[in-house]
This record gives sequence, C-alpha cells and structure tokens, in this order.
Amino acid sequence: MAQATTGGRQATAAPLSPYAIELKGISKSFGPVRANRDINIAVPRGTIHGIIGENGAGKSTLMSILYGFYRADAGTILINGHETAIPDSQSAIRAGIGMVFQHFKLVQNFTVLENVILGAEDGALLNTSLARARKVLGELSREYDLDVDPDALVEDLSVGHQQRVEILKALYRQADILILDEPTGVLTPEEADHLFRILQGLKDQGKTVILITHKLREIMAVTDNVSVMRRGTMVGTVKTSQTSPEALAELMVGRKVLLEVEKKPAAPGRLVLDVRDLRVKDDAGVERLKGISLSIRAGEILGIAGVAGNGQSELLEALGGIADATGHVVMNGVELPLAGRRNNGQTRRAAGISHVPEDRQSLGLIMDFTAWENIGFGYHNAPEYQRNALLMNNAALRADTERKMATFDVRPPIPTLAAKSFSGGNQQKIVVAREIERNPDLLLVGQPTRGVDIGAIEFIHKQILGLRDAGKAILLVSVELDEIMGLADRILVMFDGRIMGERDPEKTNERELGLLMAGITETKGA
Amino acid sequence: MELASFLQILDSTVRLATPLLFACIAGLYSERSGVFDIGLEGKMLVAAFAAASASYATGNVWIGTAAGIGAALLFAAIHGLASITFRGNQLISGVAINFLASGLTVVLGSTWFKLGGQTPALTDGARFADITLPFARPATESLSGVGFVSGFYSHVISGHSILVYVALLLVPATWWLLYRTRFGLRLRAVGENPAAVDTAGVSVVALRYSAVAITGLLCGLAGAYMSMGLSAGFLREMTAGRGYIALAALIFAKWRPWYALAACMLFGLLDAVAIRFQNIDIGLLVIPVQFTQALPYILTVIILAGFVGKAIPPRAGGEPYVKER
Amino acid sequence: MTKLPRWADVVLVPLICLIIAFAFSAILIAAIGQSPAHAIWIMIDGSLGSTYGLGYTLYFATNFIFTGLAVSIAFQASLFNIGGEGQATLGGLGTALACLLIPWPHWSLALMASILASAAFGAAWALLPAWLQARRGSHIVITTMMFNFIAYALMNYVLVNILRPQGSMDPATARFPVTVNLPKLGDILGVVGIPFSSKNPANISFLIAIALAFAVWVLLWHTRLGYALRAFGKQEKAAIYAGIDPVRITIYALLLSGGISGLMAINAVQGAAHRLVLNSVEGAGFIGIAVALMGRNHPFGIVLASLLFGFLYQGGTQLALGTTIPREVITVLQALVILFTGALPYMVQRPLEALFARLARKEAA
Repeated sequence: MAQATTGGRQATAAPLSPYAIELKGISKSFGPVRANRDINIAVPRGTIHGIIGENGAGKSTLMSILYGFYRADAGTILINGHETAIPDSQSAIRAGIGMVFQHFKLVQNFTVLENVILGAEDGALLNTSLARARKVLGELSREYDLDVDPDALVEDLSVGHQQRVEILKALYRQADILILDEPTGVLTPEEADHLFRILQGLKDQGKTVILITHKLREIMAVTDNVSVMRRGTMVGTVKTSQTSPEALAELMVGRKVLLEVEKKPAAPGRLVLDVRDLRVKDDAGVERLKGISLSIRAGEILGIAGVAGNGQSELLEALGGIADATGHVVMNGVELPLAGRRNNGQTRRAAGISHVPEDRQSLGLIMDFTAWENIGFGYHNAPEYQRNALLMNNAALRADTERKMATFDVRPPIPTLAAKSFSGGNQQKIVVAREIERNPDLLLVGQPTRGVDIGAIEFIHKQILGLRDAGKAILLVSVELDEIMGLADRILVMFDGRIMGERDPEKTNERELGLLMAGITETKGA
Repeated sequence: MELASFLQILDSTVRLATPLLFACIAGLYSERSGVFDIGLEGKMLVAAFAAASASYATGNVWIGTAAGIGAALLFAAIHGLASITFRGNQLISGVAINFLASGLTVVLGSTWFKLGGQTPALTDGARFADITLPFARPATESLSGVGFVSGFYSHVISGHSILVYVALLLVPATWWLLYRTRFGLRLRAVGENPAAVDTAGVSVVALRYSAVAITGLLCGLAGAYMSMGLSAGFLREMTAGRGYIALAALIFAKWRPWYALAACMLFGLLDAVAIRFQNIDIGLLVIPVQFTQALPYILTVIILAGFVGKAIPPRAGGEPYVKER
Repeated sequence: MTKLPRWADVVLVPLICLIIAFAFSAILIAAIGQSPAHAIWIMIDGSLGSTYGLGYTLYFATNFIFTGLAVSIAFQASLFNIGGEGQATLGGLGTALACLLIPWPHWSLALMASILASAAFGAAWALLPAWLQARRGSHIVITTMMFNFIAYALMNYVLVNILRPQGSMDPATARFPVTVNLPKLGDILGVVGIPFSSKNPANISFLIAIALAFAVWVLLWHTRLGYALRAFGKQEKAAIYAGIDPVRITIYALLLSGGISGLMAINAVQGAAHRLVLNSVEGAGFIGIAVALMGRNHPFGIVLASLLFGFLYQGGTQLALGTTIPREVITVLQALVILFTGALPYMVQRPLEALFARLARKEAA
C-alpha cells in the first residue's frame, strides 16, 4: 500500500469505478492460522452483496480488515476505485464504510441519540450535536423505515431496535457502504424480514450493502451477488439469480453435501423424560421459555429445530440444572427440582442426565485445565475418581482420560495438554467422550458440531446414534437443519420460546420446517 | 451545643472534606473511564511530600503545588502504563502505587531533611494563606457573641485557602464536563463500553490516558492541600487512609459529582466530630470515638451491599480493553 | 501465538521482575548517596550471616507464608482478598483471648486452642465480605479494604476499653502467661543437635506454616473442593454448568483465606510478642499480596517468596541500624515487586515471548 490515501471521500461526483469496494490479494494470518488467503472480491455499487461461508471460513476477519480492526498482511483495498489505506476505524468511517457488528457496540445506559453522535459530534459542546442529530435521525427514520425513539435508553430497547440504532449510527456518519455481520442471528423472523426491507430501501437509495451470513435462505432472499468463502479462501462469486442453495452449499463445504447419516429405525422404549409447562425467565425478567411440554423415550432422538435465540439455550439450561425454571420435569419417574439449591448440574448428573453444552469453550471445558482435569469436569465428585474420603485419585482420572482419548480418537492423545491447545473438533471430542461414556439415561446435546471439522462431525454423529441404539434418550438441539433432519427421530420446532409443532423427519422437508421456524403455522387440510 | 463550637465543627468539616473532595473527583474521572484506581492514597501522599519539599526549598507555595501535581502525574502515568498499555491488573497496580508512595516519601524525606521522614515546618509564604471573603470577619477573630448567619459566613464560608474554593468549584465544573461536553460523553462511554468508542473511531487509549492524567492532577491538588493547607509541612503517612475514604465516598456517591460533594462533606463531618469529641454521650449509650472513625467504612459497606440503593460501577471498570470482533 | 515454555513462565518471569525491582531499588539507594553494594552486603550479613539473623528472617518469612497462602487461595478462585491485614488483626484477638482466658497447663494445648481461635476469628472477619460478594455482588476488594479499617477501629476500641490491664497506658493486652509461650526454633533444632540461636522470635510456627503450605497444595490439587475452587476461578459460567455452587465456593474460598490470614497470629502474637498490641500485623497482610504474586499462587513458590521477603525485612532492619538508609527502602522494593509481577507481567512476558519465538525459528531453520 505504497501511495495510499488515508480516508478521503470520493463518492460525491461521478465515480470512476463501477465498484464500491475492491479487495485485491488480501491475506491475514494469526500466528500459524491463515485466516484469509489471497482474497479478491469486487462489490458493484448499489447492490446487496452476500458473503457466505461456514463458521471459521474467514468472513469476519475479512470484514474486520475492511473496517480497520485488523491490518492485512498483504493486499490492497480500493474504495470507489481509489486505493485506500484503512489503518483504523476512523479511516474506515471517513472512507464511507459503516459496520453493524454481530455483537452490537452500543453504550447500554446512553440514549439512542447519545449513541448515534458518539464519535461523530459536531463540536466540543453537546447541545448543537444533539439538536442536529435529532433532526437528521428523524429524516433517516422516515426515509428508511427505521423507527426508533431517539430518547429511549438503549438497554430498554429490543434486540431488533438496537440493531436499527447501529444502522442509524452508520447512516448518520454518511456511510455509503454498509457491512452487516450475521445480522439475523439474534432476530425473530419478523425482525429479520423488516431488516431485509430496510436493506432493500438502502439499496434503492444507491447504497452498497454487504451481508455476511452462513444462512443460505437469507442469501437467496435479498442479495444480488454472492461470494463464497471456505477455509480462508474465496472460492467463487456468482449472481444470486443464477445459483441455487444446493450449489452454494456445495461451494461452502467443498464437496457434495451428503448429510444422510446411516441409521436404523428407532425402537422407542419406556418414557425417560417428561416435561410439562416449562418456563424460564432471563435476568431482565423476560420470559424466554413460554410453557414447553415434551417427552422423550428410551432409544430415540428428539431434535429441536429453530433459529438461534428462540429458547433452545434456555431449554437446555433448565434441563441441565444451570438456569432456574418453573413447571414439571420428571426423569425416570422422579420429579426434578427446577429452582433452589438442589437445582444444579450435580443433581442432574446423579439423576442420569449428561449434557454436551452448546458452547464448549465457555461452558463445557475449563480452557486452562489439562485434558485429564477436563475429563473429570462435572464428575469430579464421582466415586471412581476418589482415593478416599478426602483425596481425589488423579492417577485414576489420568488413566481414564487416556482410555477415552483412544476410544474417541482425540489428537494429540496427551492427557496433560491444556484444553485450549486442542483444535475445536478435538475439544468437542473431549466433551462428548466425557458425557457419552457416562452412559447416561438422557443426553442433552447442544450444537454438537458447531465449529467442528467434517471428519469429526461424522464421528460425533455416529457416537450420538450409537448411544440411541444402546437404548438411551437423547435431546438434540441444533440450528443446522441438516443435522436435525439426519439424526432426529422426531422433530420439534421452537419459535419465540414455544413449540410450534412436531414433524416426522421422514415426512417433512426444509421448507415446511423453515416456515415453522419463522413462526408460521400452515392450516393443514384446508 | 453552643453556637461557637458548632461553627468550629462546620469549619473543620469544610477543611477536612477538601482533600477528600479532590481525591474523590480525581477517582471519578479515572473510574468513569473504566480504570479502577485504589492508588488515590499513594498519589495524594507522594504529592503532599513533593509539594511540601519543593515549597520548603523555594519558599513558594505555587512551585510546591506544581511539584505536587508533577509527582502525582508521574504516579498516574505508572498506573496508566500498567492498566492501559500493558493491560495489567488495575487493582494490583493501585496497591503497588500506594506502597511505592509510602516507601519513597520516607526514604527521600529522611535523607533530604534528616527529620525521620517529615519536612521542616513551612512558614507563611510556603503554605496557602486563608482568604477572607468580602464583608467577612477575619478568621482569627473570636467566635464569641457572633450571630449564626454572620458567624457561618465568616468562619464556614470565608476564611479558607484558595484550594478549598477550587475544590468546591470542581463539582459543578465536573458535572458540566461530564454531561454537557463531547469529552464527557466519550469519557462516560469508554467506561461503559470501550468497544462502542473504538468502533466509532475514537481512541480508547487516548481517552483513558487523559482521564488518568486528570486523576493525577487532582490528586496532586489534594496532596498539596494536605501538606500546605491543612498542615504546615509533610508528615510520614500523613494522608492516613484519606485516599481510601475518598474511594468510599466515590462509591457512596455512585460515581456522580454532586453526590460526591455530599459524601465528602458527610465524611468530613464525621472526621471533624471524631477529632473534637472523643466519646459522644447520647444519654442511653456512649458512642466510642472508634465508631465515629469507622463509620465512613461501615456506611460504604452498607451501600455496597445494595440494601440502600445499589451502587453500580461503570460497566467496563477494571477490564483492560482488548480489541475483538 | 507463541507461548512461553512453562519453566520460563514460572521461573524466568518472576526472576526478571525481581531483578528489575532490585535494579530500581539500587538506583534509589545510589540516588540518596549510599552504596548499593554495601547495602546488599549489610542485608545479607544481617539476615543470613548468623543463626540469630537467620532466625529473624525465618520469623518474618513465617508471617508471609501465612498471609501469602491466604491471598493465593482466594486468587485461585479469582477473588482478590486484600483484607488479610484485618483478618490477621482479628486472628490476633482470637489468639489473645485463647491465651488469656484459660490457664493452659502446657503450650501445646494453648497452641491448639490458639490455632482454632485465630483461624475462626480471621475467617469470621472474612465472612461478611464473602457473603456480600457471593450474594449481593459487592466487590470483594472494596469490602475487604473497608473491613481492614473497621478491624483497626475495633481493635483500638477493644484494646483501649476492654483488654487493657488497669493502670497501663499502652493500648495492649497483659502479657500472656509464660506457660503458653511457644518453643523457639533454636530450642527445637537444639534437640536434634543443630546449633541455632534462640535469641530471636523464630518459633515452632515456622514448621506449622510449612506444613500448612503442603496442606494447601494438597487441598488445591488433590481434593474435590480444590478442584471446584480452581474451576470456579478459571471460568465461573463453566463451573455452574458442572454443578459447582458459586455462592458456596466464594464463601469457602474466602473463609479459608481469612482463616489462614488469622493463623498468622500464632507466630506474631503467641510466638513472638506474647501479648496483643494495636498493630500486631505490621503490614504482613499486604506483603501477602506481593508474596502470592511473586510465588505464582503456588504454595511452593509462596514459601520461596516468603523466605525472600523475610530476608528483605530482616535485611531492611539491619540497614536502618547499620547505615543511614531508611528501612522503608524495603517498602519501595516490595512495591516494585508487586508492580512488576502483578500489574506489569506482560511487560516482561511479551519481549520474552518474542525472544523464545525467535529462538524456536532459528532452531527450526
């Protein structure tokens, strides 16, 4: 980036280049990890451009480079045809780039207005800035259907409204290029649809939108063009109208997606878990789980499908003894405590429930502990790991770890290595080994293959099916429809803290499930 | 209680509250920016020492003040380096700074002045003079026979050194800066969510360093007042936990300037009462002086317990900022 | 992301921090017109040159082992207990009551009672901050700091108004009966034929402190409670997933910490002063922070760091006697050790990491 101009806005007069953004040969490594390798991409002005890829494909890194969060090791950035250096966020803003992060960057106890002017104030005193912002915000709100009360505190706003504040922030800074990173992950389907209408409106006004996602449905619904990333490289850019979800999926994963898992028909036995009217409130007192009833029999997998954030996490937490709940949960004929001191992970494990949590790095493992210490995590009170009434038997735990590492093909098979030193797939294998080898009556599994490489996915799926065939009950929560369709014997779809309906995986399809996940129930047989 | 002693107590309340107020507002800037500071005590102490030493050497109270501010700024820079640049533990850094001040002042003091750690007594030009406001009687005049209004004006409002009035003006000034200016908006934001400030294109590091520098400046004034206003010279450990009381006042005030004034006045009053009366006999029982001395700490624990209005610190307080997506 | 080898992280980093702290202190000594070399010689001679001096070194070290272990056990649970000073003060009260109220026939019984009482008083002083942290989320650093001041006021009241013998002006208790005096280290070593001075305060508490360090190691790495405590300290959310009760662990960790702080009194009050004075702790509670940081929160490291600080304290006293260098030089050194090991570790780690990365690359090439 020799003769780069820092910032400087060129979008005003007749532009030279038809492209709002061109990235040429962008590479970025974090230590040995090559997050971006020789990325080339050109985004035409006034379009919605999708960037799709699996978790860890390098999408977010690329956008962070564009927003000045990271500096690329190599490559050039062209904004409106001009080579532009973006060493920090300030430069990105000056170049007309606005970014809506997955995790919003808002000050919770500030008003909307204060959040919008932060960093873009007109002078040393706030009065004039606030007055102007109020006026501009009113105009923007009308123009783009972005209705937000400027005097509301951000902490009082819904997630969807907070996202609108982020968009307003970018527009207030006169962004011509808006990047949205996984914007729908936290939105209800209605909010997502509203967002897409807003994006369409922005495009109609000549703005350029980059939409980063791993959801094919969104790409197909709103984008003009789509670029696909896989393991740090850009594998192709196509017109959305000339491709199909299947073709995109194949590009993303790099082979024909065949998630048909070979499985025998289920042989459901006795009732293991019976849940009646389960309700969970979050810290703010908002009900996240609104009366869930379900039951699981021995030898079957009950799959819970849904968009992330519709109560699946709360369901797992309530059943796993992490969150307090109300209602009734009967396990093997015994009612479980749902609140108070007896409601904890230890009593759940004693009741025969194992739990592979959704987030292995923050819940399932202590990252600084060794592998053998992690194999005992949650089972550190188990009798076989004790030497006597006072002391633990670390040697027994280590020996058990070696055995489990061999069975589950954890690499490298070194029990004294810290959990953080293993790859994502091997970390997950440690968690799955620990929980499945307990031979529980009920296994709770959340997102078992998130951020796990393909080889490990197949292995983990086989283990889950093996446990089912051994006559155990399994509750599988996943946002990956393929995974649910492939593994589950029955599917419940969750939306907004409720169960929308039950489907037989053999007799349903992605479209039907997708509608349920969006909260739309079709009237059958009408 | 007769009027004269009542006025005397109020008079010493104002004097004793002044260093607390400086230190409390000092802490407010740092903590509002997300940098915890339990090193207020150390910065005050080193400033008191530097101020008294320089003032003794030059005979000029203003050179003394500048030296006090300089020393406190240096210590603030160490805290900034540890907390902001090297993302260290802010609490531990504060503890270290307190020890550093405690040791350094005695080592240098006893070497320079050979008085076991204290400076020689400061004479008139080398310490702050009391200011008599218009229409007020001189503070030296006897209190007997004055009316309440005139006595209050002459002895409680008037008759303090310039720094007392600076400290009082600091309260509205801080309020205005915090809530009416761009700097204040950014300062409050960086203590709540530094990522919001960073993505808005504003430097988190620069904001936090400027806040920590203001903290140093004000601790310098607090120390200068200790050794050149309240006393006439430096004594070893002369801050005697005032930095911690200021911290307690800051929590008590929930990190807000006007509340800080009230908290510091309350704690100053407790101090004045404890100095004037040993044990207070209220008929049924005798309140021991130790209880009055411990009251600021007890009140702070009660406030922290959240039974009387919860004290919520700035959300990003104590956490070094690491850029992440 | 090149990580440091474990040995470098555990040994090299504290060592470099120590060297930097010493260097700064040497500059300070030179700046006040004294010879750093002479100063270090006086410190070494005075603290290690005779069994008399060595006894003092071990006496100070004993205090620091207790307070250092106390800080570290809370650190392991991610809790920063800076209330060691107040907890040890209350431990002193427990010891004094145990020694004064009952006419013990033999020191061993008195020691047993004193251990129980000092630990119980120390733990009790940590209980309210612990409960407030666990249940109300009140920041433990601030509450324990406030409790230090409250402890001082309370002790002042108790000594002046209740425990002071009639006619005495000193805010201190009466002398303990001679029967409760603990055996001196010199006497114990004399039994096994090692000549060691008895004219110093080193006593059997040193052996108790070493045994306690071992016990803490066993607790942390070989018991369920220690496992739960460390897991909670690393990742609180994960600990809850595992069914570890955060409230209970917080309270246990701080009770243990407070109790161990309180135990310091058996050395300082029963073993050395033979009466309770107003400031029986003399800052050892704070030195515990430096010792825990320096010793990397590991009992073995804490014993080593305590010996080092014992040496510094005894050496500092000798400095004050033998030169015109004030003993507060040691406070400065202590501050610098805390600063570099606790607040600025990255300053040392980062260049070291870069160095090791370069070495590794060279090796690979």
